[in-house]
Amino acid sequence: MKPVTRLHSRTAVLADENIDTDRIIPARFLTTTTRDGLGKLCFHDWRYQADGSDNPAFPLNRPEARGCSILVAGRNFGCGSSREHAPWALLDYGIRAVLCSEIADIFRGNALKNGLLAIVIDELEHRWLLKHPGIELAIDVREQYIALPDGGRIPFRLEPFARHCLLNGVDQLGYLLQHADAFSEYEQRMEAAA
Amino acid sequence: MTSRTLFEKVWDAHVVAAETGDTPAVIYVDLHLVHEVTSPQAFSELRERGLKLRRPDRMLATLDHSTPTLPTNADGSRPYANAEAQAQVTQLETNCREFGVELHGWDSEDRGIVHVIGPELGATQPGMTIVCGDSHTSTHGAFGALAFGIGTTEVGHVMATQCLLQRKPKTMAIHVDGQLPPGVGAKDLILHIIGTIGVDGGTGYVLEYRGAAIEALSMDERMTVCNMSIEAGARAGMIAPDETTFAWLKGRPRVPQGAAWDAAVAKWRALCGDDGARYDREVRIDAGAVKPTVTYGTHPGMAIAMDAPVPAATNAQERRALDYMQSKPGQPMQGMPVDVVFVGSCTNSRLSDLREAARVLHGRHVADGVRMLVVPGSEAVRRDAEREGLHHVFTAAGAEWRVPGCSMCIAMNGDLAQPGQLVVSTSNRNFEGRQGKGARTVLASPATAAASAIAGHIADPREYATQEQAA
Ligand code: SF4
Repeated sequence: MKPVTRLHSRTAVLADENIDTDRIIPARFLTTTTRDGLGKLCFHDWRYQADGSDNPAFPLNRPEARGCSILVAGRNFGCGSSREHAPWALLDYGIRAVLCSEIADIFRGNALKNGLLAIVIDELEHRWLLKHPGIELAIDVREQYIALPDGGRIPFRLEPFARHCLLNGVDQLGYLLQHADAFSEYEQRMEAAA
Repeated sequence: MTSRTLFEKVWDAHVVAAETGDTPAVIYVDLHLVHEVTSPQAFSELRERGLKLRRPDRMLATLDHSTPTLPTNADGSRPYANAEAQAQVTQLETNCREFGVELHGWDSEDRGIVHVIGPELGATQPGMTIVCGDSHTSTHGAFGALAFGIGTTEVGHVMATQCLLQRKPKTMAIHVDGQLPPGVGAKDLILHIIGTIGVDGGTGYVLEYRGAAIEALSMDERMTVCNMSIEAGARAGMIAPDETTFAWLKGRPRVPQGAAWDAAVAKWRALCGDDGARYDREVRIDAGAVKPTVTYGTHPGMAIAMDAPVPAATNAQERRALDYMQSKPGQPMQGMPVDVVFVGSCTNSRLSDLREAARVLHGRHVADGVRMLVVPGSEAVRRDAEREGLHHVFTAAGAEWRVPGCSMCIAMNGDLAQPGQLVVSTSNRNFEGRQGKGARTVLASPATAAASAIAGHIADPREYATQEQAA
């Protein structure tokens, strides 16, 4: 994973609450055996009309939302299926951060492991951001705040290890493998107890 | 020793490295379940890094999500939905062969939905940690295991290390007091619970279901309850193992046998929430107040008693959900015309679920214009059901009797509903498009599904005097 320290973008807003991972990427596209190229399928059934053309009612299809890499989403984003295809699809689509007052557990873990900033913010500020799409934000992962255009700051707190991995591009599997001796000790202890 | 919750006992026993302020705990995984959809990228990662599986003996793989539920074609080929689905299945077969993982594939007598076969084989046991790249891994918590879904990156972590990096979650006790009324089952109960605590009420928690009404449930019913914990946002749900659990597990292929069995049971008896154990949150549910329950919106938290009026939308998202469902505030869901009925999925595809549906269907016929699919959860369930003649009840009623798989629960194998069709489904998710683009899903119990198939509209199973099942 490449380090992620700062992110600067205008926001796009999907205000619906409980946007589940089936909506982020419908199950019929999960027959893939790779992680790549899922961006064109992201939000598929919301984003396109029956004839394959863009759905004008999908907020991210609006001209002002194009190119935005920070998504402000309604509460409980990413609920439902554990499919990691959801963060893969979002990243490939161009989304680098999701801001929300509450993010579903499995999605949040999956997102952070892939360098997608799944950031929980306070309800008040969340509500304000939902009402003001297109705001220029700068996310500082090291200092854990979001800078607003007027100089204001929205603080947030990432789980310390997830933050450390983001800042340093730590490979979590590599980190786990360093504990190999502890795994063996544990296994011996359990076998002895059985 | 201080009082501990069931969750804490299982968690504590699996800590390889304790968590600190800076780092999560390293947790050992006893059983890793694998299926074709969320594993290919993890196997590829292992291959690219030249890593091996740490404990292939702690893995169990099956084919369920992309697999057809129609029988083989005349030429022996399988009717896959498309070439990608077939390639995905072939990929898992190749990966399991190459890495030495036990696969319950097409030639296995035990193939089935991953969360149905784990318990059936006795691979799922009390006190274990169990993971799978699938959010309904929570099912296995019915046995007093700590079981939760993980993403594909974590699937790779477990493959290579048998361990996971985890922060300790919070605990929530759900006390279900009293008894469920006659004609009301586990599915009604869990929909009622999710409707009560909300679709995100369990986020950050492990749920422990306790109380008289939980103790009275069979193992199949406990699995139905724990299965849907994730639909309230909780990664895991647990029930303390008891005599019901031990009787159900005894003699299954993978559980200890003889003296080792007695020793295991003695250990498992200690797996309960101690008196005085502290939970971060406690919720009380009155089982006696639960009625046949269905969903009316587009997430499982939008659940109501089927005779209650559909609530008015309070925000834009709820308005969108009611529009999508074509359900109207003030009207009960009962009476809504039905196009498709699906009995299946890891929530409700076990033998007792099929019996429940068959009891309602026996001697009756599915209404004109309604299509009904019955998909057993595993080959073992299929064998048992056919031995009892349940398949004759289904086919005589005009339903389709299929081979095991996830089928219309996730609609990626070609079994799906058409845009606008209303599906009464015993599965676990009523998200937009979950059962086919534009399809409208109403979650319900097997009895409600069967009654609705006969009536041609959403119907209360208690109005269909049930008859003895086929001999
Ligand atoms: S039956 Fe449905 S919920 Fe269960 S494992 Fe299959 S797709 Fe997932």
